[in-house]
Amino acid sequence: MSEMLTKSAARNIFYGGSAFFFAVFIGLAAHSHYYAATVSTDVAGLTESVERGKRIWEKHACVDCHSILGEGAYFAPELGNVFVRYGGDKDAKGAREALKAWMQAQPTGIEGRRQMPQFHLNDKELDDLVDFLAWTNKIKTQNWPPKVSG
Amino acid sequence: MKYESQSIAKWYWFVAMALFAVQVTVGVLAGYVYVAPNFLSELLPFNIIRMLHTNALIVWLLLGFFGAAYYLIPEESEREIYSPKLAYLQLVILVIGAGGAVVGYLFRIHEGREFLEQPLWVKLGIIVAALIFLFNISMTVLAGRKTAITNVLLLGLWGIAVFFLFSLYNPANLVLDKMYWWWVVHLWVEGVWELVMASVLAFILLKLTGVDREVVEKWLYVIVATSLFTGVLGTGHHYYWIGTPGYWQWIGSIFSSLEVIPFFAMVVFSFMMVWKGKRDHPNKAALLWSLGCAVLAFFGAGVWGFMHTLHPVNYYTHGTQVTAAHGHLAFFGAYVALNLAIMTYAFPHLLKRSPYNQVLNMASFWVMTSAMAFMTFTLTFAGAVQTHLQRVLGMNFMEVQDQLALFYWMRLGSGIVVVLGALMWLYAMLGPKAASTELAGQAAPAE
Ligand code: HEC
Ligand code: HEM
Ligand code: HEM
Ligand SMILES: [Fe+2]
Repeated sequence: MSEMLTKSAARNIFYGGSAFFFAVFIGLAAHSHYYAATVSTDVAGLTESVERGKRIWEKHACVDCHSILGEGAYFAPELGNVFVRYGGDKDAKGAREALKAWMQAQPTGIEGRRQMPQFHLNDKELDDLVDFLAWTNKIKTQNWPPKVSG
Repeated sequence: MKYESQSIAKWYWFVAMALFAVQVTVGVLAGYVYVAPNFLSELLPFNIIRMLHTNALIVWLLLGFFGAAYYLIPEESEREIYSPKLAYLQLVILVIGAGGAVVGYLFRIHEGREFLEQPLWVKLGIIVAALIFLFNISMTVLAGRKTAITNVLLLGLWGIAVFFLFSLYNPANLVLDKMYWWWVVHLWVEGVWELVMASVLAFILLKLTGVDREVVEKWLYVIVATSLFTGVLGTGHHYYWIGTPGYWQWIGSIFSSLEVIPFFAMVVFSFMMVWKGKRDHPNKAALLWSLGCAVLAFFGAGVWGFMHTLHPVNYYTHGTQVTAAHGHLAFFGAYVALNLAIMTYAFPHLLKRSPYNQVLNMASFWVMTSAMAFMTFTLTFAGAVQTHLQRVLGMNFMEVQDQLALFYWMRLGSGIVVVLGALMWLYAMLGPKAASTELAGQAAPAE
């Protein structure tokens, strides 16, 4: 092998092969983009309030304590499915109220328990945030997570 | 040091070293909050601590890469850097951006995606700095001798800048957001950063062992070919459960398993070079860090990556402490050790000395490495227990965390040792040096 493969051959294989695999990746990514924008997410339900909710999620960097669809930090509960954990599949209104109440009740101040800050969100912002969590909960995730515990 | 402009690297590395100290110290703070959760919970909540820890890491690693490029490109291209002024301007922009980000984080000024929390003006500053950098080194490389090392390094650095552009794209659709977020994160560490790693390692080993350049360069191309052939489609291992199509479960599992190949190849390649090498280079500490880098990257990225990369496994371990275990050893082995290796190699040249404080430097390698390994083990055990309780039995997250307290104490303990190791290394590099290492007149140490 050492004699058969010259340096310039190795270089050409590197450039050519990388271009090939990258092209395949772009093709699949384009299809996945289409799939995410039409099949796996609720496009009609992606309202302005859901988007505002996402921006609130980002503004307070919730992802650096929590995970969402398994990505983020590992300090606090998974929130991709928190809407069902709060019973949103059976009683959407009840889950909404419970989540809003949760946000308003933080921090617990319990000694020795991890704390979540108070973000002072108003009622409309809380509704936007819950809309975002409810929308996220509907994403087709190949049935992840395995348990409601997230 | 043969070229004046190589000394630019020194300034990049000073800043990198300072941020390294900040990064590991803040890491210990994060580890402490895990065991004493009320500590600073109002003043400096965990999410802010975490973004300081991870952002400091990424920025100092990048500064280290820039320094490495400014150090090795003149020697490879056999000419001075095109414009040292631009290089210092780039550094000033980066320092202002990094400083601004840190201060901003303390006042809750940040964006909200993991690792990409920098405010927009900092992101734009980074892009401007990257453009200046790429212009500067491309002009140097194009005018000079072209080697495989500069080709691969340049491609890696261009890739870093190009993929970073996706950090500006943040759509309302969470699935699309996540899909392209990985183009920065995964295509960096398992794509273009590997090109930087392989080329910098090749450069150091070439200097340390004196092996024939033709052979080194050929294998460099072979290794980086296996990196990109596997790593690009390997992105699929992040597309299992985020709302992307099911075929990624197959593509991701197969190609990301093959990502072990380049890391294994780097181990074989480095040891072969040392074994075949004729030169007995006095900088033993640099050799230790270089071989350590290859081996630890193989374990952290290769073995710990493979452990959770098959989709039936990842279904259960996704987003648990298993991920944190892998993230730590992979980043440490591949990119922290790489930076410490090139700095350990280059500093004596930059300071016009023969290798100094070698024993302390090598001791710091063993202290840091054992502590990082221990941290990885404790997090892996914590992750295995967490996976079982939370993902198989369906126990509530917070109850499960209570069961893991002992592991988190051990993580904190090993974290403190990591900081001590880092301080030992910094002292070995920057502290007092024996007078006997001063080089008289023009004499340069062995390459
Ligand atoms: C500093 C870390 C931190 C930040 C930042 C944070 N959280 Fe939390 N969050 C926690 C912790 C810890 C818990 C669990 C607390 C407990 O059970 O006592 C929690 C629990 C929750 C829960 C209840 C989960 C469940 O399964 O019961 C929700 C909902 C939630 N957080 C939403 C948010 C949102 C939305 C944001 C951003 C606006 C946010 N969190 C930011 C730490 C954080
Ligand atoms: C050079 C050494 C280190 C490197 C390369 C490193 C790297 C990282 C990375 C990449 C993450 C993000 C992990 C992920 O998303 O999976 C992280 C998070 C973290 N690190 Fe480190 N780190 C280092 C040292 C430390 C030390 C010394 C401690 C102290 C105990 C520490 C504690 C933490 C904690 C607590 C988190 C947050 C994990 C979570 O979200 O729960 N790190 N670090
Ligand atoms: C040096 C190279 C590597 C580095 C620095 C690295 C780092 C990381 C980090 C920091 C994460 C967590 C990302 C997050 O916060 O969500 C991660 C996730 C992951 N890595 Fe790596 N990695 C490397 C190589 C590899 C390799 C070679 C494999 C496979 C063989 C692999 C498999 C994975 C998988 C499957 C995940 C997802 C974990 C989850 O589902 O939570 N990594 N990696
Ligand atoms: Fe990856």
